[in-house]
Amino acid sequence: MELLLIFIIGLLHASGIYMLLRRSMFKIIIGLILLGNGVNLLIFLLGKLTKGHPPVIEDGAKIFTEIYADPLPQALILTAIVIGFGLQSFAIILIKRVYQVLGTDDLDELNSTDEEI
Amino acid sequence: MNNPYIVLPIILQLIAAVVLMFFWTKIKAQKTISILFSVVAVAVAAFMLHDVWHNGIQITQSGNWKAPFGITFVADLLALTLVLISSIAALGVSIFSAGSMRDERLKFGYYPVFHFLVMGLQGAFLTGDIFNLYVWFEVIIISSFVLMTLGGKKHQLEGAIKYVSLNLLASSFFLTGIGFLYGLTGTLNMADLSLKIKLIENSGLVNVTAGLFLVAFGIKSAIFPMYFWLPASYHTPPPAVTAIFGGLLTKVGVYAMLRTFSLIFGGDEFMTLTISIIAALTILAGAFGAMSRKHMGKIFGFLIISHIGFMMVGVSVFTEVALIGTVFYLIHDIIVKTNLFMVSGLVLKINGSQNIDELGGLYKSHPLLSLLMAVPLFSLVGIPPLSGFWAKIFFIEGALDAQDYLLVGSVIIGSFLTLWVIGKVWAEVFWKKGENLPKEAKGVFYDDLSRGKQLSYIIPMLLLSVVSLYIGLGANRIITLSQKIAAELVDPSSYIQVVLQNQMP
Repeated sequence: MELLLIFIIGLLHASGIYMLLRRSMFKIIIGLILLGNGVNLLIFLLGKLTKGHPPVIEDGAKIFTEIYADPLPQALILTAIVIGFGLQSFAIILIKRVYQVLGTDDLDELNSTDEEI
Repeated sequence: MNNPYIVLPIILQLIAAVVLMFFWTKIKAQKTISILFSVVAVAVAAFMLHDVWHNGIQITQSGNWKAPFGITFVADLLALTLVLISSIAALGVSIFSAGSMRDERLKFGYYPVFHFLVMGLQGAFLTGDIFNLYVWFEVIIISSFVLMTLGGKKHQLEGAIKYVSLNLLASSFFLTGIGFLYGLTGTLNMADLSLKIKLIENSGLVNVTAGLFLVAFGIKSAIFPMYFWLPASYHTPPPAVTAIFGGLLTKVGVYAMLRTFSLIFGGDEFMTLTISIIAALTILAGAFGAMSRKHMGKIFGFLIISHIGFMMVGVSVFTEVALIGTVFYLIHDIIVKTNLFMVSGLVLKINGSQNIDELGGLYKSHPLLSLLMAVPLFSLVGIPPLSGFWAKIFFIEGALDAQDYLLVGSVIIGSFLTLWVIGKVWAEVFWKKGENLPKEAKGVFYDDLSRGKQLSYIIPMLLLSVVSLYIGLGANRIITLSQKIAAELVDPSSYIQVVLQNQMP
């Protein structure tokens, strides 16, 4: 399971970075989304995977005696997904608006703010 | 010492934003409410700083979960000093926006978003949990995205694309770093991390994590190889928005670096060397960039980068002396940069242009205003008795102690180039004869505005100028404060002790 996740994370990061290096704005957003999902999976993996041991204390017991799945990484990912979702939807709408106003999808044409004066 | 009131600066801004939303179309009411809340926020922050100065670090554990299990808010001197300074800058911008922002922009909820942005800043300063820091960073960036694009002008949208995509990238780096830290130590509380990270034998892994944080905070604070988005985007929104961005947003990155490198990754030789080279290059790249530009907003944008480099000197050397410099410079820079962008906004309003070639004769036409504008310009250079002079002495002393002559040289060259740039701006905008002023420009000029609107331009500049004069003339007090903060940063044991309470060995 870990090995599979490692490959998926690597694939998501690689394809995310590949898309980020394109000249099209639309592809940048796709790249950021892929990268964001890769990072979320990375946190999930680094929180260590435990199969079949939910973080629930048995009746009568006060502390954990056996190993249990750590719920914290999942809470972190949940927060990160929600935040990432909001930011990505903002970015998608921004790109649509930029396309409407400037009429181009090519980042090389968006350099008037860098020009002298 | 569980004091719930230390989250008050955050709550206050939240209430301000929510109340403002009920006055969505009533702009006059919004202006008054925003200024009132900002005044209260300054008073609260000053009171809390006074309290912590006398009674020591205060904490609050959210939901009464003891650290390291709950999210801790820590009010130490560094955090509260920045809360106070940012509240003062926010008060200035709040008054400045009342006069300088167009009504159409204000109708789209400028003020609520502005208060959400300040809330994010206060939260980032006060939190003691690394994941919570990430969440506050996101609050800051989503608010800044909205402020940057509000109005939807062509160049604004173009600047926003660069700003938004790089900030999203920085966030994923930050999150990756947090994932690594959690995998290594199993905790996210910064005080707890500080103890547990020392137990990790594989220093390579810790350095990779530190590198991820350096890149994430580096993009946000615009250090050397990652600064290109700043001069491309910061001059595009209206001057009030640029003032709050220039004054505060990049400084949050520096603050986060100070916190993480003092508590979590301290004293590694490889990181020290990397940061010192980055600091030197940041100073020089920013200063040379500022020399080559003619647009006032862009010049000041590049000066932000150059001065972030100064602050990195303390992060790199990390001795008490150099850190006094960084903390002092942080206090001075937030006030001065906010003021500077207001100056450029006022120049734009008077003459209708920000191109220094097209400007001139301001000293002849508005002598008193020019005097007021001279204060931030010359405090930036650090002409005594204005602020900005004292910090550089500590930088140079700290770098000399560490025998880092690259840093000494670049701080001196950076200061000279700043002087050169400001001298050029002063000569071109204020002294030169105003011959080729733009004949046609859109909007109402400053001289035709009503008295009240004119005052809303002048009062915040006056307020921030008085604060920077106080920092310069009362340097003794600020140095004492910076000294105490620097001592806490070098030896964070009292911070850790307070946060973890009785769990320390």
